[in-house]
Amino acid sequence: MKTVRAHGVKGMLKRALAVVMAGTMVLSMAACGSEAEPAAESGSATVKIGGIGPLTGSAAVYGNAVYHGAQIAVDEINAKDPNFQFELNFQDDENDAEKAVNAYQKLKDWGVQLLLGTVTTTPCVAVSAETFADRVFELTPSASSTDVTKGKDNVFQLCFTDPNQGTTAAKYLVDNNLGEKIAVIYNNADAYSTGIYNAFTAELKKSGKDVVYTGTFSSDDNADFSVQLTGAQSAGADLVFMPIYYTPASMILAQASKMNYAPTFFGVDGMDGILAMEGFNKDLAENLMLMTPFNPWSKDEKVAAFVKTYEEKYGETPNQFAADAYDVVYAFYAACQAKGVTAETPASDACEAFVEYFTTEAKFDGLTGKGMTWGTNGEVSKDPVVCVIQGGIYVDR
Amino acid sequence: MTALTYLTGGLSLGSVYAIIALGYTMVYGIAKMLNFAHGDVIMIGGYVVFCTFTYMNLPVWLGLLLGMVVCTVLGIVIEKLAYKPLRGTSSLAVLITAIGVSYFLQNAALLVFGSAPKVFTSMFAKANNIELADGKLILTPETIFTILICVLIMIGLQVFITKTKMGKAMRAVSEDNDAARLMGINVNQAISTTFAIGSALAAVAGVLLCSSYPTLMPTTGAMPGIKAFTAAVFGGIGSIPGAMVGGLILGIIEILSRAYISTELSDAIVFGVLIVVLLVKPTGLLGRKITEKV
Amino acid sequence: MNTLMKMTKSNMNQYKRSALWSYGITIAGFVIVSIMVSAGLISNSLQGQLVPICAYISLAVSLNLVVGISGELSLGHAGFMAIGAFSGVIAATLFQSLPFLWVKLVIAILVGGLFAGVAGVIIGVPVLRLRGDYLAIVTLAFGEIIRNVLNVIYVGLDEKGLQVSTSMDGIHLSEQGSMILNGPMGATGVTKLSTFFAGFLLVMFTLFVVLNLINSKHGRAIMAMRDNRIAAESVGLSATNFKMTAFVTGAILAGMAGALFALNYSTVAPVKFNFNTSIFILVFVVLGGIGNITGSIISAAVLTILPEALRQFSDYRMLTYAIVLIIVMLATNNPQLKALTAAASKQFKAKFSRTRVYKRPQKADEEMGGTK
Repeated sequence: MKTVRAHGVKGMLKRALAVVMAGTMVLSMAACGSEAEPAAESGSATVKIGGIGPLTGSAAVYGNAVYHGAQIAVDEINAKDPNFQFELNFQDDENDAEKAVNAYQKLKDWGVQLLLGTVTTTPCVAVSAETFADRVFELTPSASSTDVTKGKDNVFQLCFTDPNQGTTAAKYLVDNNLGEKIAVIYNNADAYSTGIYNAFTAELKKSGKDVVYTGTFSSDDNADFSVQLTGAQSAGADLVFMPIYYTPASMILAQASKMNYAPTFFGVDGMDGILAMEGFNKDLAENLMLMTPFNPWSKDEKVAAFVKTYEEKYGETPNQFAADAYDVVYAFYAACQAKGVTAETPASDACEAFVEYFTTEAKFDGLTGKGMTWGTNGEVSKDPVVCVIQGGIYVDR
Repeated sequence: MTALTYLTGGLSLGSVYAIIALGYTMVYGIAKMLNFAHGDVIMIGGYVVFCTFTYMNLPVWLGLLLGMVVCTVLGIVIEKLAYKPLRGTSSLAVLITAIGVSYFLQNAALLVFGSAPKVFTSMFAKANNIELADGKLILTPETIFTILICVLIMIGLQVFITKTKMGKAMRAVSEDNDAARLMGINVNQAISTTFAIGSALAAVAGVLLCSSYPTLMPTTGAMPGIKAFTAAVFGGIGSIPGAMVGGLILGIIEILSRAYISTELSDAIVFGVLIVVLLVKPTGLLGRKITEKV
Repeated sequence: MNTLMKMTKSNMNQYKRSALWSYGITIAGFVIVSIMVSAGLISNSLQGQLVPICAYISLAVSLNLVVGISGELSLGHAGFMAIGAFSGVIAATLFQSLPFLWVKLVIAILVGGLFAGVAGVIIGVPVLRLRGDYLAIVTLAFGEIIRNVLNVIYVGLDEKGLQVSTSMDGIHLSEQGSMILNGPMGATGVTKLSTFFAGFLLVMFTLFVVLNLINSKHGRAIMAMRDNRIAAESVGLSATNFKMTAFVTGAILAGMAGALFALNYSTVAPVKFNFNTSIFILVFVVLGGIGNITGSIISAAVLTILPEALRQFSDYRMLTYAIVLIIVMLATNNPQLKALTAAASKQFKAKFSRTRVYKRPQKADEEMGGTK
């Protein structure tokens, strides 16, 4: 009897082991399968674009916007041009450098030819070190720190760099005499925010103005801004510069209105998207000024078409992240056409061709700017537009 | 005057911590487990109420009621599926499972509600600020109501736990699981009830949290959850008045250190104070003394 | 009497076997993976994770020393990892003129371990005065404090030497100077030094230290302390000293692993070392079996690969990960299932005993949970 039971238990263990083994095999086969699948499925050869950005975690909103914007562009191009097909493989990095490098390695296994991304700065610095070593061309829609491109000839940006935005914003404020006393609230744990802040204060000092109050916070999850706002208010600031993303900015606006504090708020391109937030009281953003390359209410035909498709497909108004990503894919398309890059071109050859194209002949019209050109340092040059929010839409100033 | 403004800011943050901490301390006190998913139940509560406001146009009280029902059911389901099978095993296993549940809720919310932040309309949007000293000192209705509700819940819980039969059963379970079972108390039922109450409280906390700080994301509950947990330990985990006191003090310390010392180091200071308090009084401000038996 | 003698003897053998098993798995893993790498059989994805896997194994084994062997629940292990990471990066930058890559790496790892060890002593003194869940929350607090403080540390280097400040304005560098640490942005432009071989050696070193400590007089005292502190103290063992040994050793090893980890990427930021990372490492330990060193090695490797292997679930990836985590916890810890596996393993062990779990008795386990 005893031996029988022992056999029973042992048998059960064996079965459990078999299940685990089978599970592992299914997983690994699924992994192989998914890698082999696309090529077999899509018939004609495709140029492979890899994308990396946060699709989960607290920065997920930016990664998803980029993913969706890029997907729309890829679908459009594929529908329009029968001789040329893109394929987009977008991987999650949770806004973490380690995960971003993992995602990049995964894309390399898939056979990535061009890299769109990464979306956020710190992961982008880590990934661009890898693409530089591997010679894979990388164009980021939104990682705007100069650390991203520093010393890497294969990495380009489609967004303004942080110092560029900070300097432009300071000049604009001084030239238009917008504020007597200027306060700044920024996220000092964020490369984007800090980069703009540093350039902004440096430029402001040149013109003899000073910042009366500086408030910092260190996480976009941070909900309470009463200290920063009270500080700005008691310093008598009549203009608050906010080089931050729209999620914390929406909270600052709400809390300022509660405190009866109504200075001029001035944001940068990260502010774009604030009006699209579900449930946001648009009155709070009345007279908010922001510098943005993208205006979803623009009369421009291409912009209107993009906004319409995006709203139909994803049920929300696209922000500048989506528009930048859309432009990246079209810039890839233009470069592929100009340099004859096809599905057969190895990534490193495509990289050299693209580097040459972007630094010499590229002159690109997109949703976020006309006549964009790139310097050898990877920086884009396009004109920033200052808008003011009136009646729930952007109005050019 | 600015100092007073900061103090009211601290009160409003602290009251939010306090109400979350009540849920933590309740579950810990009875079930002896750190329910790290509590913050995420709060987030779910926030989303449910947001939906009832925005998509269904329900009145405030009905929305809140619906949120409480959903969270209670969710709490019971989580307890039944994930925690109950582990009853009597190492507390670490339960802790990790709770973290798994927390990941699950966050990612489920991400899939259902999307990553774009929603802006929550305050429950008290129609109420006016109370302005003192010629409008220099402002108390928002959110702060006042959060503190009031917090006090009401605290008293309610205290009465429930000391006076009702179920409450006494819960305390017995908390004192000694095995002895309670021998006395004919249904331990599983007592613990399930604890989770039901804790989760209903989470819905209330979610609404109050989002009324004060209106951005709603799948990760909304995570950081306030950890802070509130700290507050509960600070006040003496397991003690209901302790959670309230701990939450308020923590909020005030956080805001004052941000205002006068450093915005970057405010969290470090909060945790530093916690460590000092625990070293001086190892079971928190209002916690009961532990006697060790050989 | 006879059985008792037999038992002690078999215990000794068991220890040797389990140690051999831990070393064996590591060496076998290293050899197999190395062969596969040189034969080009391994995907980029897996190859890119080899160094982090080694770092996580070291972290898991060192945390197991604290949680499993010493019995103190630590929720702040990522803090020591962070100290090791940043001091390692600074050391690597300071010594960048040295000739060989591996010399710089060894120095960086040693410096990382040293600084983390010092932090371990400073933190261990107050922490180890507390018990149970209160101890856990204080380690959580220290982990967060470390990350917060790292957020305000700015370090610059120029020909005059190192400059340290709590704000950007406090650093005045000459033309040739450059920033090493930039507060919340951490270090960028780090030269990658870590290799899989270095990672393997670090894991072997960690195993060597931990396994020897466990089987020393010290280790037995630590476990006695865990199982019944009052009884152990009554026979004259000093609780604080022995617990401190385990805690500081764990911190040093975590710091070394942190340096290895940081030098595998071109950038590292303090936010990486938050509460979630501490939990992530704790999950390795708990899933691998508390007190089971071999288990930690396997679970750290498997769980690092798992989220990557789940990538084809795309949107459902992290949801799947959460579900797998819950199911595995339930399957390995449910009393009914556990009784079943215990009975099975008894039968199993009778024939060929393999790993030994340095586990507390069930009763003590329950007591840990209840701060009654």
